Amino acid sequence: MTTVANGVNVQALLEAREVLKGAPEAARFVWRATSTWRGGVHSTTTVKEFYGLGQERSHKSEAVFDADHPEVFAAEDQGITPIEYLLVGLASCLTAGVASVAQNRGIQLRSVEATLEGTHDIRGILGADPDVRNGFDDITVTFHIDADASQQDIEALVAQSQKRSAVFDALTNPTNVTVQVA
Amino acid sequence: MVGAGHAGLAASHFLRERAIDHLVIERGEVANSWRRERWDSFRLLTPNWQTRLPGHAYEGPDPDGYMTAKEVTRFIEGFAALSRAPVRTGTEVTSVRAAGDGYRVTTSHGEIRCRAVVIAGGACNRPVVPPFSEAVPPSVRQLTAFDYREPGQLPDGGVLVVGASATGVQLAAELRRSGRPVVLSVGEHVRLPRTYRGRDVLWWMDASGVWDQRHDEVEDLARARRLPSPQLAGTPERATLDLNALTAMGVELVGRWAAVRDGWALFSGGLRNVFSLADLKMERLLDTFDAWARTHGVDPGPAERLPPTRVPERARLRLDLRGGEIRTIVWATGFRPDHDWLHVPVLDDKGRLRHDGGIVDHPGLYALGLPFLRRRRSTFINGIEADAREVIAHLAGHLAARAR
Ligand SMILES: Cc1cc2nc3c(=O)[nH]c(=O)nc-3n(C[C@H](O)[C@H](O)[C@H](O)COP(=O)(O)OP(=O)(O)OC[C@H]3O[C@@H](n4cnc5c(N)ncnc54)[C@H](O)[C@@H]3O)c2cc1C
Repeated sequence: MTTVANGVNVQALLEAREVLKGAPEAARFVWRATSTWRGGVHSTTTVKEFYGLGQERSHKSEAVFDADHPEVFAAEDQGITPIEYLLVGLASCLTAGVASVAQNRGIQLRSVEATLEGTHDIRGILGADPDVRNGFDDITVTFHIDADASQQDIEALVAQSQKRSAVFDALTNPTNVTVQVA
Repeated sequence: MVGAGHAGLAASHFLRERAIDHLVIERGEVANSWRRERWDSFRLLTPNWQTRLPGHAYEGPDPDGYMTAKEVTRFIEGFAALSRAPVRTGTEVTSVRAAGDGYRVTTSHGEIRCRAVVIAGGACNRPVVPPFSEAVPPSVRQLTAFDYREPGQLPDGGVLVVGASATGVQLAAELRRSGRPVVLSVGEHVRLPRTYRGRDVLWWMDASGVWDQRHDEVEDLARARRLPSPQLAGTPERATLDLNALTAMGVELVGRWAAVRDGWALFSGGLRNVFSLADLKMERLLDTFDAWARTHGVDPGPAERLPPTRVPERARLRLDLRGGEIRTIVWATGFRPDHDWLHVPVLDDKGRLRHDGGIVDHPGLYALGLPFLRRRRSTFINGIEADAREVIAHLAGHLAARAR
């Protein structure tokens, strides 16, 4: 296991798991984002501060994300579509999971690529058909993984990464969302 | 001893062997849970030849069959008679407190002082139902596996069975056979074929040593103790009752039930992954059996593999509970022990007993009959002999040390 180098500090994660088992308060994190309208359907969202392990914290630097709509929607395409950010979140979460689980199971990864497709009937958001939902109707993630492991072990990696994925859970299970005007 | 199920009686057997004075307190009758807490068509999922207790085994004509609840009751009664267990029936334990160097046990018929207590009240006293069941519209009838007896007891119309472990798959199949539309909500589960390479799959668990894996050996004991029961049924046909079998019968599969919102049941969209997890785990287990067979020169029949769990074309993500499609919900979402009467500080923050292989975190207090107590087989009737022998040996050591 020590010879495997996927760059994930699994030891630290396992220790955190043990410590946090008895410290539910410290385990409470709050993730934050702030957005500003730029005109049209273009907005920028910044992410920097968050709360966790009992105190306010901050990323090393602020990250800025532009969202807009493509030209086929008669917009200026100054950033990706909001719903595409869900694919970004899902891809990065599952990939992080694959790397962590591989490290923990002593599997050396050489490359991990994922291709994501979310099918979306936009008649929902256009209000053109009340029977069509607004969001994705299906998401498919296809992994191509090159690793020192059998096909079965690789499939198990991918299955376990879904089982422990925050974004997979957030997308597959309902979440209470409160939107308010301050 | 609290409880005259097979666990309490097995403990009594080993105490008698050591000539240690004891009593078995039972609120109902011997084998109470088999008399009152099983549905009418219930059969064990473990074969008859595995239904064995210390010095007592099945001797009938059908070692590969599966006992009904009545037959299990008779079997356990037979064991109680054989081992001449001092059972006090119709007596409920209402409180156990530490007192001096022993315990004060309050029962519905007075108080008892003793030096040691063995908790054998059963692992499955209370059905577990998720809190959102309270948000289910009142027009839908709700039953647990304890309330369910037979299909005729339910109103006509659709049934939503929640939970796809042993109880859930069995009840879903029975309700579907009664002609009702059945939707089964599936979370993480354990898939097993009924027979593998010509033998009962539990023969393999037994012979290969998988069942003998010890509590101090497994990597994640907490997880092993939470493992749901396998998708198995004991039927004369010895048929596999996995999700593919249920799909073939016309049972509709949906994901894990996550919430109720505005009268709608919302299911997880992660169904595919719970299928993959279960398929992969089953493959690994069958690989273990094959490897064991090779190294032990056993060849009961050619290696087999089951097709992957079939993913429904379009699993529904929500279902209108007010629409009349579903008339009854059957919760098969597991069971938990009842420790309300235990007034010794040995429960963790989730109300689970803190113990190391049945030796509870308080001198003179012991437990038997809990999942993976000392071994993987602890959950089953055939797992009690080794567990009870070892736990009672510890108890005897404790009493001897006290006496000195
Ligand atoms: C649906 C289901 C199916 C199962 N199928 C199988 C199977 O196929 N094969 C198998 O080997 N095992 C099976 N089991 C598991 C296991 O064998 C049973 O859970 C078994 O009943 C456990 O035995 P026990 O002696 O620990 O508990 P129980 O049989 O539950 O006995 C506990 C006794 O304690 C009494 N009691 C509880 N609280 C008190 C109190 N406060 N005061 C006095 N008395 C009390 C109860 O009345 C009961 O008689 C199944 C369990 C369930 C729930």
